[in-house]
Amino acid sequence: MVRPDTAPNVTGRTSGGEPLLAIAGLEVNYGAIAAVKGIDVEVREGEVVALLGANGAGKSTTLRTISGLTRPRGGTVSFASERIDRLSPSRIVRLGIAHCPEGRRVFGSLSVAENLRLGATARSDRESIAADRARVCDLFPVLRERMGQTAGTLSGGEQQMLALARAMMARPRLLLLDEPSLGIAPLIVQSIFRTLAELKEMGIAILLVEQNMSLALDLADRAYVLTTGSVSMSGPAAELKADYEAVAAAYLGTRR
Amino acid sequence: MSTELYIVQQLINAVALGSLYALVAIGLSMVFGILRMTNFAHGDMMMVGAFATLVFGAIGIPFWIAALGGVAAGAAAGVIVERVAYRPVRGAPDVTLLLTSLAVTYILENFGILVFTSSPKNFPLPDWMNTALQFHGGQITFTQINVVTVVLTIVALAFLGWFVTRTDAGLGMRAAAEDLGAAQLVGLDVNRLIVVAFAIASAFAGLAGVLWAAQAGIVEPHMGFTPLLKAFVAAIIGGFGSIAGALLGGFVLGGLEVLIVAFLPSAVSPYRDAIVFALLIAFLLFRPNGLLNRTQEVKL
Repeated sequence: MVRPDTAPNVTGRTSGGEPLLAIAGLEVNYGAIAAVKGIDVEVREGEVVALLGANGAGKSTTLRTISGLTRPRGGTVSFASERIDRLSPSRIVRLGIAHCPEGRRVFGSLSVAENLRLGATARSDRESIAADRARVCDLFPVLRERMGQTAGTLSGGEQQMLALARAMMARPRLLLLDEPSLGIAPLIVQSIFRTLAELKEMGIAILLVEQNMSLALDLADRAYVLTTGSVSMSGPAAELKADYEAVAAAYLGTRR
Repeated sequence: MSTELYIVQQLINAVALGSLYALVAIGLSMVFGILRMTNFAHGDMMMVGAFATLVFGAIGIPFWIAALGGVAAGAAAGVIVERVAYRPVRGAPDVTLLLTSLAVTYILENFGILVFTSSPKNFPLPDWMNTALQFHGGQITFTQINVVTVVLTIVALAFLGWFVTRTDAGLGMRAAAEDLGAAQLVGLDVNRLIVVAFAIASAFAGLAGVLWAAQAGIVEPHMGFTPLLKAFVAAIIGGFGSIAGALLGGFVLGGLEVLIVAFLPSAVSPYRDAIVFALLIAFLLFRPNGLLNRTQEVKL
């Protein structure tokens, strides 16, 4: 997998051809419980796709399966036309998928700089890593001020920024984002979503799991609604936004 | 003998004993830090290290090289045990891991009995190491092996400190110890990190085994049992899963044991271990995170 050393190109967005990520008939079980029951999801190069649904609908499980933390019971996950559903998480990161997990999961006892260095674990090109560190600090200037602090001392919003920056340090083609707004002050959420829009402009494909439906649909090109492990609705974000009532109903009682 | 000199003498004993506890406890904590698993077979790496040194010595290899071979054998045994016994049950419930490590203990110790019988063997020590160093006209006495123990422990700790703070693998290990899932998501090869952790932990246990046998003068298949229990106590006193805590706990425990024997009435001495384990219970009740009080991450 060779990627250019400069920022990903903006014209990478294509409407035809092979999708960047293709999930087909994916089934995932936790013990005897079926968490994901045969879903098809696609993300194209440079596209932002939202995965909506109530708690327990299988959104996070889907992301965990893409990044190799959870093994599927059936179905396939392909990235850039290559099967990845039997690969280890470290191989999958190296193919160009970075997963920014729910609850941020920054390394609280390590410094901000060390967290960023760990984000680039899959890479060995020291010079471009340094350049990317400067770039993510431009995206999140507060991290530059906090570089020597341990991540545990950051506020929730700052930790979310660090988690995003850490994922960006892997220089992903596809970013998996799990609930970036969870437990974070509204002002910071706005700033984070502005940054996500910038990432989209850079041509990075994003698969976004988000409880805040209107925020997610504003950013996304397309969306899928999961209901108890199955896709109950899907389509262009603008259309789903117009049919807000139906999407909210698909949330199974957790309408907001 | 003057009180000051007596205290100096006992301090040296405490540091030498604490070094051994710390060496074993650090390995226990390293493995627990990443895998959240108490490796009861850890003490048997001491036995492997000591017996390997014995065998290497018996075929005519000079002591220092034989001892180095013993440390390497301990490391190799740890890596093999991880690969063969622990990796297949990784992620299983805690009780499965516990039973697996107990099973490994039985297998290793019985293998030791099969090959070397259960009767203690003399440990071949160069004569100079057994000679006592005397100061102040014999008022302070300690054997060379005490000095060797302390020096080698410092070397091992310096290596570990360098490894953990200055290398990429060390940074990865600290990350994995804090959050194994997140460590996988940034692309760390967790299997490799676990192998490295077992190699270092078991090398430390192997070194402790060689030094323990050198102090005791004998080797036997169950020699790892008592030090393992003590290291367990030391690790809990310091804060289980923390390397610095294990180090601190090792020296605190060594100091305490020497204190009990040296400064309390001689009638109390036989109860040394009882006092130590009572302390363990007290720590588990009142300060379960240990002296360094590393707060456990609450994962949702």
